Amino acid sequence: MQSTIASVSTQEVKPLEQLLEKIADHKGCGTSSEGGKASCGSSGGPVDMAPEVWEKVKNHPCYSEEAHHHYARMHVAVAPACNIQCNYCNRKYDCANESRPGVVSEKLTPEQASKKVLAVASAIPQMTVLGIAGPGDPLANPAKTFKTFELIAKTAPDIKLCLSTNGLSLPDHVDTIKGFNVDHVTITINMVDPEVGQHIYPWIFWKNKRVTGIEASRILTERQMLGLEMLTAAGVLCKINSVMIPGINDKHLAEVNRAVKSRGAFLHNIMPLISAPEHGTVFGLNGQRGPTAQELKALQDSCEGDMNMMRHCRQCRADAVGLLGEDRSAEFTTEKIDEMSEVVYDAATRKAYQELVEAERSEKVAAKEAAMADLDVTDIKIMIAVATKGQGRVNEHFGHATEFQIYEVGSNGSKFVGHRRVDLYCQGGYGEEETLPSVVNAINDCHAVFVAKIGGCPRDELKAAGIDPVDRFADEFIEESAISYFKEYFARVCAREIVHVDRGDADIRQGAYSAAA
Amino acid sequence: MAYEIVASLCTGCCACEPECPNEAISEKKNVFVIDPAKCTECIGHFDEPQCVAVCPIDHTCVIDKAYPRYEVTA
Repeated sequence: MQSTIASVSTQEVKPLEQLLEKIADHKGCGTSSEGGKASCGSSGGPVDMAPEVWEKVKNHPCYSEEAHHHYARMHVAVAPACNIQCNYCNRKYDCANESRPGVVSEKLTPEQASKKVLAVASAIPQMTVLGIAGPGDPLANPAKTFKTFELIAKTAPDIKLCLSTNGLSLPDHVDTIKGFNVDHVTITINMVDPEVGQHIYPWIFWKNKRVTGIEASRILTERQMLGLEMLTAAGVLCKINSVMIPGINDKHLAEVNRAVKSRGAFLHNIMPLISAPEHGTVFGLNGQRGPTAQELKALQDSCEGDMNMMRHCRQCRADAVGLLGEDRSAEFTTEKIDEMSEVVYDAATRKAYQELVEAERSEKVAAKEAAMADLDVTDIKIMIAVATKGQGRVNEHFGHATEFQIYEVGSNGSKFVGHRRVDLYCQGGYGEEETLPSVVNAINDCHAVFVAKIGGCPRDELKAAGIDPVDRFADEFIEESAISYFKEYFARVCAREIVHVDRGDADIRQGAYSAAA
Repeated sequence: MAYEIVASLCTGCCACEPECPNEAISEKKNVFVIDPAKCTECIGHFDEPQCVAVCPIDHTCVIDKAYPRYEVTA
């Protein structure tokens, strides 16, 4: 069926009447909660997740892969100061076209941030999460961070608050975090062994001194573990971010995974190091490479025991706005926000829109379950790259895609396993020949690529590279389509029409995504 | 002497401002400046100058040679 909300993620929000009309069309499968569970059986709540946990994460794009197709987040850059130095971070660098943690175009006061949140929440009704992620460390700027939370909680109580920290001062603030009803905290933990840590952290600022070497990492890891334990005890959900740095902590991250899991962390997000020389970081300048797609996936797979692994992180800026993978921050600059005389918080439109989204999600989950009903048992797995702009549908043109989402499909169904940023293939209406090889490199481990539309030239070149370009699932749900495709693929393998082969590795693009403004 | 902040290197991150025991640091045109009349080089407060210790960019907080070294007066 046609997407009913596809246009919202692009620019404008549909008027309320239209939304309500659409909601009426979807009636019968709402999501009014009963006992913490979404109706319709399963708006995606995993069977092994406690209902109260699912209630906390289901609309949080950074905590639920399923939610990230539907809900947006924003970061406000109210926390520029930091209390540690990391070799993958360069605070000097600041560019509107860069998308990395620590990068921001302008810092905000808590008052400016609060106004910005209201303006964005009214323009993007699927924006459900406000995070403070720097560009420094939110807890090295506690007054600004908590003032911002206070202002937003007052005017927009339905918005979830979260923050991301290096953990050094976390134990000092757990009570305050709990007091503001922040139910999601992310701690960046790259090591639990100071021997490893000394190669990642040159220094920390601790008790009015700059502490270097092993001692710095010893203090940091102690504080991180203590903070994590305190948050778990306080009932705050914790996600752990780890940067995978080949040769430094890649082997060690399995140990980090065990350490954080045993202390109650809910989700582990292992991200590839971003280290282009032009970013001017220590790692960038000394030639430290990031992992390949296969190395990253192998580590994530190996850590995926009883702990959820996050694979949809886009390593976004500290002032990002929108769905993960898109950034609309340029639409909401301080200048533009200051020009707005008064922002009216439109709670009714937000609620109506979110009800519509819930109907879509229920439909999507049901479609996936139906498709899985008659899957054959086999060891064969294939990877599929998908061009999408949200809502869990195949709804982006090949040439307009700035990233591809990667799904692994086999007898157990489909699973989101990652995403790949690419350069826009199509600029100004014609395909750029030179960008196609980089797209192919980015999705080289995939057997097929699902798109809403694709031109003749790239279609032929993808085929030549052994990647099947598929446009017959345009506007359909991604996972339902992936399972259908897998069934056909497997049938052809059984009929000996094709021979299944695993494909090679793929590149993780270093220059990060930037919005085509 | 007092410390000064090299404006071209300052990222405006404000890490130094709350650490200064003398409230000598303030923001001016998106970067931070030290009031030399208030700066004591942290002598009598801490073992190392706090702005130097916390600044993420090396050689941004430096001795301002235009002033004599700070001395503790009795």
